Amino acid sequence: MSELSIQEKELKNPPVLRNGEDYHSDYMTLNLGPSHPATHGVFQNVLTLDGEIIVDSDQTIGYIHRAFEKIAERRPYYQITPLTDRLNYCSSPINNMGWHMTVEKLIGVDIPKRAQYMRVIIMELARIADHLVCNSVIGVDTGALTGFTYVFQWREKIYDIFEQICGARLTTNIGRIGGLERDFNPEVYRLLKAFLADFPAKFTEFRNLLERNRIFYDRTVGAGPISGERALNYGFTGPNLRATGVDYDVRVANPYSSYQDFDFSIPVGEKGDTYDRFMVRQEEIVESLKIIQQAMDNMPEGKYFADVPEFFLPPKEDVYTKMEALIWHFKIIMGETDVPKGEIYHAVEGGNGELGFYLLSDGGRAPYKLHFRRPCFIFYQAYPEMIRGGMLSDAVVTLSSLNVIAGELDA
Amino acid sequence: MELVTNEYLLERLNSQFGDAIISAELPYNLLTLVIDPSRILDMLKWLHTDEILKFRFLTDICGSHFPDLKDNELCVIYHVQSMENNVRLRLKAFLPISKPEISSVESLYSSANWMERETYDFYGVIFTGHPNLKRILNVDEMDYFPLRKEYPLEDGTRTDKEDQYFGR
Repeated sequence: MSELSIQEKELKNPPVLRNGEDYHSDYMTLNLGPSHPATHGVFQNVLTLDGEIIVDSDQTIGYIHRAFEKIAERRPYYQITPLTDRLNYCSSPINNMGWHMTVEKLIGVDIPKRAQYMRVIIMELARIADHLVCNSVIGVDTGALTGFTYVFQWREKIYDIFEQICGARLTTNIGRIGGLERDFNPEVYRLLKAFLADFPAKFTEFRNLLERNRIFYDRTVGAGPISGERALNYGFTGPNLRATGVDYDVRVANPYSSYQDFDFSIPVGEKGDTYDRFMVRQEEIVESLKIIQQAMDNMPEGKYFADVPEFFLPPKEDVYTKMEALIWHFKIIMGETDVPKGEIYHAVEGGNGELGFYLLSDGGRAPYKLHFRRPCFIFYQAYPEMIRGGMLSDAVVTLSSLNVIAGELDA
Repeated sequence: MELVTNEYLLERLNSQFGDAIISAELPYNLLTLVIDPSRILDMLKWLHTDEILKFRFLTDICGSHFPDLKDNELCVIYHVQSMENNVRLRLKAFLPISKPEISSVESLYSSANWMERETYDFYGVIFTGHPNLKRILNVDEMDYFPLRKEYPLEDGTRTDKEDQYFGR
């Protein structure tokens, strides 16, 4: 390796070089990110290029690390839900539900069927929203902006439904430990029915735009492939793993929230390239619609919350008129309710894969230790291997098809 | 094919690594073993290659800190999974904070690379044999391990801050 000249040493922002790399070689170093329009989030890739071929890449993450695991060690359980919102912010409700179910499992509560079905509807809507963002952005990165405008208004309609259920759109804080905060109102059913009636036709238009499009096909087939064996070794889960042909889905392997009641299939790909990941997500949207329809048709009667006064806030009118409700309200808000000691791992199928919560409770008001198993953080480390030897433009579509969300990457 | 249950798994592990298993529990139906930290790589290698068990998937690695346990202050927690048998297993290895060293399992599972870096970043556990053990989420210049319990978060009831500036 040749010595850097004095002028280069004094550069305020010197080029990043790896060990053994010759600064004066034919290779070019290119910074993709941290704030590049093609990365869709704050993370950096330092690429070493031979012309347009990627020789190597080096990743830097942590730009939006917010120390959620530390913050969670001081917060009562219900105050941790807003932290989970900010993991994968494209599908916040799944994270919220995953956290509620973890705590419910720890304290040993059975949730009424009706609440479980309502949760399934919310989670599947969130999955559709997540996949719509990912897939339409793959289109944008290959130069097709039209599809993006087709489906993004339908994501907005999903957010309208969330707004009716909980009052928020993006970071939802939806549901409570022990059930949901309120029953679906008639407007929710109206919006849901309208969505189920109108969305499939629009989605078909989106599919016709891209799925058999020659240009899209040429850009995505064979871009950023990974074998099933390597994907498992790298800890892939979710659509990215299923695109390689491994049919692992937490909803089927370890059903939660009554997923065993529904009839749906798990789409799998074959080659694990960008096109397969795109197609797996497309098919999952169709399956999610099926699940929502079944949950709507078979919605059981009953209560929307479990009988856990220590954790589930009483109705507001009771708080003003009844002594007991007032006491519970005060105890919950001040974080004075005891949680049993225990150690638990609970996983849900998030938008990007297995979202796990490892919770260690020593009986206090806050968790002793809480760890999020974030799917993005784990599969993103395979990215250099996937793009090595490919073109720079393939690296961009591979990144968007992996659906790396910076919030989930950094926690 | 033999059905792999928690009992069967514990029996197999006991016959193979009886001396390395310190205790076994079953919280919420997930077999949890406290093991001798020096045997972690052997044990995972055996679980990985065994023809029936097939623990080929590393779900998660994280750390924890117990200041009151003398010479066992730091804990590394492994979750592994056998997808074919749909069984999970949790392994815990306690390490003294004065010498927090454990072998890296990166050679078995590529996914362990970043998980171990994260555990090092937050708890200062040294994974020997790791190809690139440096901080991942925090800045490289940081000189402490922030998730250890001696660094408390700000106490919400503190009164020494002026209300005029902080609005309490």
